[in-house]
Amino acid sequence: MEVLIGAGVLAATIRLATPVALAALGGVVTERSGVVNIALEGCMLVGAFFGVFAADKTGSLPAALAVAILAGLALAAMHAVAAITFRADQIVSGMALNILALGLTSYLDYQLYSSTGTPPTIPLVPNVHLGFLEKVPVLGGAVGDQSAIVWVTLAIVVFLQLFLFRTVPGLRLRSVGEHPRAADTLGIDVRRTRYWAVLASGALAALGGVYLSLSVAGSFSDNMTNGKGFIGLAAMIFGRWTPLGALGAALVFGYGDALSVSLQGVEVAGFVFPVQLLSTIPYLLTILAVAGFVGRSRMPAADGQPYESEGH
Amino acid sequence: MDTPIVEMARISKRFGDLQALAEVDLTVHKGDIHALVGENGAGKTTLMNILYGLYRPDAGTIRVRGTEAHIAGPRDAIALGIGMIHQHFMLVPPLTVAENVVLGDERGGPVLDTRGIEARVAELEKRFGIQAEPRAKIEDVPLGIQQRVEILKVLYRGSEILIFDEPTAVLTPQEVDDLFHIVRTLRDEGKTVILITHKLREVMAVSDHVTVLREGRNAAHLVTKETDPRAIAVAMVGRELRDIRVRPGNVGPAVLEITSLSAESDRGGLALKGVDVEVHAGEVVGIAGVGGNGQSELAQCILGLRKVTGGVIKVGGSDVAHDDPRRTRQRGVAYVPEDRRAEGLVLPFTLADNFILGRQDQPPYARRGILQGRVIRREGERLAKEFDVRPPDPDVEVGTLSGGNQQKVVLGREISESPRLIVANQPTRGLDIAATEYVHERLLEQRSRGCAILLISSELDEILDLSDRIAVMFEGRIVAVLPAAEATEERLGLLMAGHVEGVPA
Ligand SMILES: Nc1ncnc2c1ncn2[C@@H]1O[C@H](COP(=O)(O)OP(=O)(O)OP(=O)(O)O)[C@@H](O)[C@H]1O
Ligand SMILES: [Mg+2]
Repeated sequence: MEVLIGAGVLAATIRLATPVALAALGGVVTERSGVVNIALEGCMLVGAFFGVFAADKTGSLPAALAVAILAGLALAAMHAVAAITFRADQIVSGMALNILALGLTSYLDYQLYSSTGTPPTIPLVPNVHLGFLEKVPVLGGAVGDQSAIVWVTLAIVVFLQLFLFRTVPGLRLRSVGEHPRAADTLGIDVRRTRYWAVLASGALAALGGVYLSLSVAGSFSDNMTNGKGFIGLAAMIFGRWTPLGALGAALVFGYGDALSVSLQGVEVAGFVFPVQLLSTIPYLLTILAVAGFVGRSRMPAADGQPYESEGH
Repeated sequence: MDTPIVEMARISKRFGDLQALAEVDLTVHKGDIHALVGENGAGKTTLMNILYGLYRPDAGTIRVRGTEAHIAGPRDAIALGIGMIHQHFMLVPPLTVAENVVLGDERGGPVLDTRGIEARVAELEKRFGIQAEPRAKIEDVPLGIQQRVEILKVLYRGSEILIFDEPTAVLTPQEVDDLFHIVRTLRDEGKTVILITHKLREVMAVSDHVTVLREGRNAAHLVTKETDPRAIAVAMVGRELRDIRVRPGNVGPAVLEITSLSAESDRGGLALKGVDVEVHAGEVVGIAGVGGNGQSELAQCILGLRKVTGGVIKVGGSDVAHDDPRRTRQRGVAYVPEDRRAEGLVLPFTLADNFILGRQDQPPYARRGILQGRVIRREGERLAKEFDVRPPDPDVEVGTLSGGNQQKVVLGREISESPRLIVANQPTRGLDIAATEYVHERLLEQRSRGCAILLISSELDEILDLSDRIAVMFEGRIVAVLPAAEATEERLGLLMAGHVEGVPA
């Protein structure tokens, strides 16, 4: 029982789900506006690296977070220029930026920290201790000592859910992703909306990256995101392009991940569970979601399609 | 005379090599319903897109209420009180009716005031006598309602001048009546309406003035009361129209025999509930009915595109109900589908390639699995000339042709194989009168050759003009079959609405 729903497993679930959720939220925002941004993986990675880099150089946590997010914004801006202004293939552009991010961060990491490793003295994102939960079984252990970024993520989920479905800019953003020409004829600026959405997705993914480096690991290592951005996109699909759904999906994926650790070597009636199978759960779920087995999962109608305004 | 509310003078517009508009004038008076007519590609939509700010003219001036206007985008047009109801609806399917109406001009703070919005839309509906459930999602409502939403959008923005681009092309006859009722109400409220249409009957029924364009130039300006459909048609086409009338032909043996056919619709549920119909060689049987009563499913069943759940379909005596489309076609069945862009053509392919589609794996077009480009090209060139496709260039991408020319490609391909049965579903939808005339002539030519034709159309005129016998379809059944001589518009209209005959009024 302990290995399935113990405080340890649940705390790990939340830890593992948070970066995936942030990437998924980025995906929701950008794809709802009609731009596919697979460079979220790269945005995460530069966020992770430049967070550490700025923390090392300035010794200030706020500065580190700001630089991390700026790095994500910069990468996303390149994607926006390619995808929106030049109407390039969004997958190709995203992939190219991922390669750029991987090369750049690995190179800089090697140049700066190969001999010493990431300095152990950099400021890290603090955890939030919920003392009053200490005595509560399971729950206390699961959420009583999580990174501040976890709580920020939760707030972002709520904010985005309300923003997308309960505000005027959210309505406009969705209309741009569904039928850009209709939005255009009503005087909504399709390009500008999409730029903002892509930039926001970069910032969200970078926050996910900095969570990995400055909260979970305390350091940077090569390709430390290791596909979490892509899993975020899967969570976005699984969550049907809604912030709440994306969070739910990220938690499911995180739980699968956590189990694959906690079940390691556990024997049930003389049978050792193959943990590799568990780590395939997120991917299986994604395939099921994409194949439409988990209810109707419809992507924004103009998702991934460049928009060209008529005439002029 | 008072100042015209809209005055477009010497408007020109080029697209690449194509002079879409050449010094066109358009003058519209306040409180008028002004019809803008012309063949496919005459430049009607382009002219209106310029007025609405979607295109910039290369030359010319626009005056609105007497003052010169520079309209750089839809926002400027909206500010001038100009609204456009587009040919292809500009609605966001997952959003509600009310959300679509207010989109871009939601009013109130950044928080979406859904209740307030719905109330405002309901209020607007009441004022103009337009009915549409504000909370329904666009993807769930029929086309007729979607169009009302387009009208509401424009009215919501306080438009005084409403442009309708071919509003009736996709509507059922009942919906057309409702639309014109709304249009008249708008005029009585002091609005000005510019109406693009191909249907002269509609021009005569609702308009006050008519501007005719031909090949990007002004061809005529007429006062509706002082003119007649013939004069408008001559101005549009540049010649007299031929009078198409079906003379009784030599009817041969039955080619298509359908008995107790049933099939399901895409949504599940029965689309066809026991259809019986026969078409003989040398005969046109028209299927009349309001769209969505099973006509398209019937066509798909005959072609093998839809699973038949019961009954028999015989072509030339052999049962084809469970054949795949390929075998059915090999038996001499040709198909002019309802949506030429989705089903009839591969838009990014060339004219020549589209002409041989379906035969691409047979000699002389392919030898040992290799396409014979030169043969295909030559055949494309020949068919393009024979079927008067413009431009007759075998290498042109079909997607760039006008609707009428696209339809000629479909028709040409289908009848060049001398079929014994043609299933034509809405063969003239969206076509101008010359192209319609062309399609009709070609179909009748096939009939004289002894071909059997099943013609599905929601245009009563078309059904009445071409058919030898008329079958009326309602809710998945054929409710009546009449010889053309006994069919009148009124009688068909009642049958189409589900009134069973034999019940005394
Ligand atoms: N954006 C564009 N780029 C290039 N050519 C265009 C464009 N829009 C229209 N055209 C061409 O300009 C001509 C006029 O087109 P327009 O759409 O105004 O015709 P229309 O009178 O509305 O025809 P229809 O009855 O088929 O709607 C056509 O030959 C068309 O192919
Ligand atoms: Mg047009």
